[in-house]
Amino acid sequence: MEMADIFMLLIAVIAGGAALFVVTSANVVHSALALVVVLVGVAATFLLLGAEFLAWTQVLVYAGAVIVLILFGLMLTRAPVGPVREDNDNQRLAFGVSFALFAFLMVLIVTSLGDTTLLLTVTPTVGLAEFLYVEWAFPLLAMGFLLTVALVGAVIIARQEEGEGPLPDDEAYIDHSEVAPVRAGDSYAEPGFDPPRTTDRPTGVPARSDV
Amino acid sequence: MQAVFPLFFGALLFCTGIYGVLARRNAVLVLMSVEMMLAAVTVNLVTFGSMAVGAGDLILTGQIFALFVIAIGAAEVGVGLAIILLLYRNRATVNIDDADLMKY
Repeated sequence: MEMADIFMLLIAVIAGGAALFVVTSANVVHSALALVVVLVGVAATFLLLGAEFLAWTQVLVYAGAVIVLILFGLMLTRAPVGPVREDNDNQRLAFGVSFALFAFLMVLIVTSLGDTTLLLTVTPTVGLAEFLYVEWAFPLLAMGFLLTVALVGAVIIARQEEGEGPLPDDEAYIDHSEVAPVRAGDSYAEPGFDPPRTTDRPTGVPARSDV
Repeated sequence: MQAVFPLFFGALLFCTGIYGVLARRNAVLVLMSVEMMLAAVTVNLVTFGSMAVGAGDLILTGQIFALFVIAIGAAEVGVGLAIILLLYRNRATVNIDDADLMKY
């Protein structure tokens, strides 16, 4: 086992532990901060694999911008700062599904790639740029178009519309067909009382032709 | 380096992400789990790209795909948070178990 293997296992243990903390922590802000550790671990993996440009892109875009965006999202949705119950009732099923998938993937990886070794060479950023802007020029332009569309779409979705706002609680609008309880002091009709209609003349008032 | 270790890391991140997507109630936490799954995909792409370079791939397909995945992930976070903010403004909650209007 060479040095890179030991570092890779160390990164996998640290970032994997942080990932488990992200999905199990009861405190959403702690989850967001543990996500930083996971993404920095991914960037360190890129560095070990020789992809320097990708590593710094990962640090800048994910550990920088995306985490700030997620923390803004937590703040703007008034996430509770203290611990709350954040898991739903699917917890056991979700654990079963993810653990079964993990076991399946590990069996596949070990049986098919168990004795493959990677040739670790540092990819020069200049070489990456030459391929990105020549061979991959059209996908790069499509990516720029997609980023523009996503930016405009996010602004349009999140914009405050006219007359839009939080609805009153839905419970207040549900008709449970219950008779409202009669409290002391309420005036209510006796059974059999015929309420006056608007076509009836008020009692004690002479007809208009008599005036 | 053995190819098993970064692939193990990617599988671990992906499966924890799946657990988070299925088991969490807060929509922002679900978005964070999706981010972890995307990061797992980029780890896998770079690892297989490193193997492909050893096998004669001359245009660094793996790393450039990983770059595109990072860009798509950033766009996805922007649109996803905009949708979550809209949900919060209209329903005053980000619990995705409550947002089941189109379920049936």
